[in-house]
Amino acid sequence: MGANDEVRIGVFICHCGINIGGIVNVPKVVEYAKKLPDVVYAEDNLYTCSSVGISKIKEGIKEHNLNRVIVASCTPRTHEPLFRAACEEAGVNKYLFEMANIRDQCSWAHMHEPEKATEKAKDLVRMAVAKARKLKPQEEPEIDVTPSALVIGGGISGMTAALCLANQGFEVHIVEKEPELGGMLRHLHKLYPTMQDASERLNQVVNAVKSNKRIKVLTSTVVKQVKGFIGNFRVTVEKGKSKTLNLEIGTIVVATGAANFEPIGMYGYKQFDNVITQFQLEQLLKTRQLERPQRVVMIQCVGAREEKGRTYCSRICCMTAIKNATLIKELFPEAEIYILFRDLQTYGKEYETCYLDARSKFIQFIKYVQERPPEVTSGPSGKLVVKIYDALLNSEIEIPSDLVVLSTPLIPHEDTKELSQILKVSLGPHGFFFEAHVKLRPIDFATDGIYVCGTAHSPKDTAESVSQAFGVASRAAIPMAVKRLRTEAITAVVDENLCSGCGTCVKLCPYGAIEKDEKGVARITQVVCKGCGVCAASCPENAIEMCHFTKEQVTAQALAALGRPFA
Amino acid sequence: MSQNQGILVVGAGIAGIQASLDLADRGLKVYLLEKSPSIGGRMAQLDKTFPTMDCSMCILAPKMIECYRHPNITLLTYSEVQEVKGSAGNFTVKILKKPRFIDEEKCTGCGICAQNCPVEVPNEFDMGLGIRKAIYVPLPQAVPLVYTIDEENCLKCGLCEKVCGAEAVNLDQEPEEIELKVGAIIVATGFDIFDARRISEYGYGRYQNVITSLELERLLSASGPTGGHLIRPSDGKVPKTIAFIQCVGSRSQRGELPYCSSVCCAYATKEGMLIKEHNPESKIYILYIDLRVFGKGFQEFVNRAKTEYGVEYIKGHPGKIEENPKTGDLVIRYENVVDGKVKEITVDLVVLCPALVPRRDNERLAEILKVELDEYTFFKAKDPLFEPLNTNLSGVFMCGYCQGPKDIPESVAQASGAAAKAAEEIALTSSRGGVGNGSK
Repeated sequence: MGANDEVRIGVFICHCGINIGGIVNVPKVVEYAKKLPDVVYAEDNLYTCSSVGISKIKEGIKEHNLNRVIVASCTPRTHEPLFRAACEEAGVNKYLFEMANIRDQCSWAHMHEPEKATEKAKDLVRMAVAKARKLKPQEEPEIDVTPSALVIGGGISGMTAALCLANQGFEVHIVEKEPELGGMLRHLHKLYPTMQDASERLNQVVNAVKSNKRIKVLTSTVVKQVKGFIGNFRVTVEKGKSKTLNLEIGTIVVATGAANFEPIGMYGYKQFDNVITQFQLEQLLKTRQLERPQRVVMIQCVGAREEKGRTYCSRICCMTAIKNATLIKELFPEAEIYILFRDLQTYGKEYETCYLDARSKFIQFIKYVQERPPEVTSGPSGKLVVKIYDALLNSEIEIPSDLVVLSTPLIPHEDTKELSQILKVSLGPHGFFFEAHVKLRPIDFATDGIYVCGTAHSPKDTAESVSQAFGVASRAAIPMAVKRLRTEAITAVVDENLCSGCGTCVKLCPYGAIEKDEKGVARITQVVCKGCGVCAASCPENAIEMCHFTKEQVTAQALAALGRPFA
Repeated sequence: MSQNQGILVVGAGIAGIQASLDLADRGLKVYLLEKSPSIGGRMAQLDKTFPTMDCSMCILAPKMIECYRHPNITLLTYSEVQEVKGSAGNFTVKILKKPRFIDEEKCTGCGICAQNCPVEVPNEFDMGLGIRKAIYVPLPQAVPLVYTIDEENCLKCGLCEKVCGAEAVNLDQEPEEIELKVGAIIVATGFDIFDARRISEYGYGRYQNVITSLELERLLSASGPTGGHLIRPSDGKVPKTIAFIQCVGSRSQRGELPYCSSVCCAYATKEGMLIKEHNPESKIYILYIDLRVFGKGFQEFVNRAKTEYGVEYIKGHPGKIEENPKTGDLVIRYENVVDGKVKEITVDLVVLCPALVPRRDNERLAEILKVELDEYTFFKAKDPLFEPLNTNLSGVFMCGYCQGPKDIPESVAQASGAAAKAAEEIALTSSRGGVGNGSK
């Protein structure tokens, strides 16, 4: 069905149960839509997104010979792919589909004014019709996918993902900035909740990675540049100071891990010798260098769950403290151990039991409130004194102690920002990598073909990191398994006759999709362009047009909003 | 592709759905089995999700439909696993498809049958708060949108058969046995809710205005029994003061569940904020033991609930709740752990946050699959640290809450992980030269 034939528009208006239908008078909007120019069919559905609704669209296309489809319902963010697919299945190019958001932007926003909401729904449908009349079919270019993955970071997350990808039949490159594989686990002593030796399993995994024929390991290596796009990344890595290598990569996994926060200036850290971090205690336990302590005080949430700044909970510190306290008790049964906490994060099916076990071993837990944090001072005999307001006893107590251990949060590595810029992916408010959707796309990036797992995403323990690592081993494998992908059709197009070659768009493009060609005019790599429109909006010569959002289409929509008759 | 390269996914909540989509998207054949009439699971029952406040159904429905439309996914709803034989790479599975008494091919989901059905029963999907007919779809966005006759309550009056224009009703439908050959199995059966009546001092089941959090979700949901209007059960009035009680049956040291359900502090925060959005003048209390908001963005979510919404968090676990029989109001006695004082608050509505527990039929399924369960009857990981998605049996994987408490993003990540493990199994089987070789 060509777009140049007579325009025949079908409008499907959704009640969304009562979300829309409870406020907007949907049948009235249907009647209104039927009278709009080029609309040959209109109907309402209880749920247009239900399997019945989808069948209705397809039947409508066949019965009424539709070549433009409008759904007035919820948001294109969640539902456009579904409706577009329905059009395609019925033989209508999916770019001849238009959506009017009469829920989020209408019925929800004007819940208490049903009549006005109905009028606005009519306006939104009219605007969609004005645009739909001008729509043109678009084609999505197909690209091949290189069956080779890059895993950035050779810790437990990166290695787990790499092994699983290799077992699925793909070539994997691991890039690790340190001279050896292993990441954070190299520094850890025992792992909760099984109390397994961290090095024991780590060595097995490292050996499995090294002996796997499909995995190539590059240590002391960093990623310097990433060009290209999903399926066709061209990655430049630097080994040591001088040697650079170019890799052809299909998909990229970010597994760069996290660092430990150093609590400079807090609780006497670096001021008193016997104030150390939980991470330092872990080293002492691992190397068996911990001297017999009489009394140990662990302070939780040091530099975490703050009022401002690092507001987040680092998730692993309560269990790490409980684990290390239990280990000290095993080594030195007579040692007294206090854990000063705000809220104990022993979540899930196993950790609460670890906490109860610790209590049964006479490890003392004292709750403190954020407003009255503990104080660490130097006592008369050179010992440390920890002052704490015990809320339960409603009194301040003093605990003389010979070792104070500060539980500090995991924080992003210093080079996280640089890597995010190289990869053109986002960071969250605390500098961890930011996923595409917190709920349903937790290990994808918004940029296609790049994925994240482990503590690079947010603080988490070994089991949780490993779970995510297996997760990205699926996400990153999918494009490589299908071998060919369709890419975005809504891209920018440069009119060479109007382009002055000023280069504004080249600088502004967040995806690096634009460069100047030999004639000095802007050239867009279509498969890299995400269709964000930044270039078109900022072009001083108006030389850039957005497919599917052309000036003609958007103007028609705007004029319709003002109630002007259709051109 | 030969048939043995298929994968059976047991349970079609968000975890099972995500595992299926990952596998199907890479070209593998998936059988997605669900014991209830529609896919969607627990997430479909939720109003909104923390900490983004996404409308749960709005982000789930597209995935449900995708499963329905996907050429590589076969939905087996209203079905149960009967028998599993064979080993990794080469399982033979017997499925029992229970009779819906409706021809799935013919039913258009128009609902005329339900309009005419004279039998009203409490709707399980609404936690029994609303009603459905004996011929029903559990939710309006059911996938597949096919009606089911609930044999237990049907009077066999035949009215539905008379009004059905599609001639889809078949009261003589028999159970159907299906045999599948699959290379791997993923278990994603989710969770059940602890019976809050067991904590008798809170009065659930005796006091009308003591409800559970999942009941509240249904009351807040626009597609729920009250159309999204929060009213209290005793008198239909809008509650002004609402108290949430955490750890009902969980973190118990007296014989219920010792573990933490992981999601309640965060969802109670969300529900508190939602109530405030419905009725800005309402007062919300959340009574807790430890505030567990360890997930990404959760602490900030709680901070917002406190500062922007005025939700009041009280560190204290109530000893007793008493009802004022005249007003239906509830008096909560608790010890405030911060100052050690015993206090009382009177509220219009109490929302209990019960422990989330393993599915009651896990034992049956584990026996059929020959896999191990842990002491609570959650599915047990072969190695909780490094192989958290493997059961003890090669070729059988798991993801989501059936393995232990976790939230939606964790379940989704694990679902992709289980998909990777299953794909790995299929790849290994074919590299060994096909079905059955070397996998004994």
